[in-house]
Amino acid sequence: MDKENRKIKISPIRNGTVIDHIRKGQALKVVKILGIMKQDTDSVVSIAMNVDSSSGKKDIVKVEGRELLREELDKISLISPEVTVNIIDDYVVKAKHRVKLPGTIKGIVRCRNTTCITNQKEPVEPEFLVIHEKPVSIKCIYCERETKGEEISENLR
Amino acid sequence: MFNKDHVVSIREFEREEIDTILDHAVKMVPIARGEKKSLELEGKVLATLFFEPSTRTMLSFEIAMKRLGGQTIGFANPSQSSVKKGETLADTVRMASSYADIIVLRHPQEGAARLASKFSSKPVINAGDGAGQHPTQTLLDLFTIKEEKGRISGNHIGIAGDLKYGRTVHSLTHALSMYGGEMTFIAPEGLQMPDELTGELEREGIGYHKTEDLESVIDQLDVLYMTRIQRERFPNEEEYEKVASSFNLHRGMLDDVKDDMIIMHPLPRVDEISPDVDDTKHARYFQQAANGVPTRMALICLLLDRNRGL
Repeated sequence: MDKENRKIKISPIRNGTVIDHIRKGQALKVVKILGIMKQDTDSVVSIAMNVDSSSGKKDIVKVEGRELLREELDKISLISPEVTVNIIDDYVVKAKHRVKLPGTIKGIVRCRNTTCITNQKEPVEPEFLVIHEKPVSIKCIYCERETKGEEISENLR
Repeated sequence: MFNKDHVVSIREFEREEIDTILDHAVKMVPIARGEKKSLELEGKVLATLFFEPSTRTMLSFEIAMKRLGGQTIGFANPSQSSVKKGETLADTVRMASSYADIIVLRHPQEGAARLASKFSSKPVINAGDGAGQHPTQTLLDLFTIKEEKGRISGNHIGIAGDLKYGRTVHSLTHALSMYGGEMTFIAPEGLQMPDELTGELEREGIGYHKTEDLESVIDQLDVLYMTRIQRERFPNEEEYEKVASSFNLHRGMLDDVKDDMIIMHPLPRVDEISPDVDDTKHARYFQQAANGVPTRMALICLLLDRNRGL
């Protein structure tokens, strides 16, 4: 696909956040992790999937009118560590950064161990320690079971 | 050194803390045997919250508390408690910690003890949470090795049975990795010690071997730790019988073992140790179970001491 075509499909936004280089097929999960649709927001959210890029296919998510917080965005690295985030101000990239995996993950992933106490009706959010970054591996602080790779995206809450 | 507020997992312990508990447990032995009286915990109450039955563990904690002059409350059967009405573990623990000074929890779900420790205002001791942790079992195992062999490090320890799924042997292997020595894992194919745990031994520079043949290594061991092989791990009865029979320790297998070799088992046993081993000089499994009392006494005292005046 030539450059001209790509521009038409993915129009620039005036202000907001562009989450780029999302692993192919993961855009909806990124939206889910960020909880964008759950929040009371009027922001226009555009999702582009299977977009051509220099390194193959990728997904893109754009959130207009909102500058997402870095801590929120870092959660994405659980399922797509190559993501880059562009903060757009009046059509200009004001800031650009990579996501970084936080030390602990709370409330986003459920424990894959069905007999873990966090999968019962208890007033706690599942919580994990990140024990390995590449590939991502996390350990439940309750039952100590490890979850890695695909299992993480399969267990998003 | 002892700076724990709760005892949830053996993995949270430094070697120095384990040594402190074991040193303290030695002093508790005459009190545990009833040879010496103590009122150290007079006025203190221990709550046993047993969401699944475990008679030996519960009695052992109750005796430990009572020998030190303390009292116990609790339940051994959740069907008689508010749990049956749908109360969360969090609420049960919050309530119990407002009544008692220390809580002992047994629960069928993994991670239950960690959750309890977050909602309890008093120390929580994990007495087994599902296939998860059972740290006091590991402590009494270590205490037994130390009492019987004079020290924990430097022994050749053989662990036999279902090493893949057994939580007791995983915790023990982790704890032994802090001490050093030589280890041999004796298990049927497919039930060997997971790489995650042998990896820990490698990192600590501890030599280990794996074998399926108990008889070929038994005469080299200082300690033989037997565990049960569960029927449900095998596709059919025939397969199980074949494997189980080779892991059935009987008197005839002890002819060439070291004179001071000891045999341990977390109990209950089924067929893996024949009753004709019980009265040999090597059998220590009943002593091991008895050691649960001084070990738990030490732990209760250390936890309450730390929390005194808070």
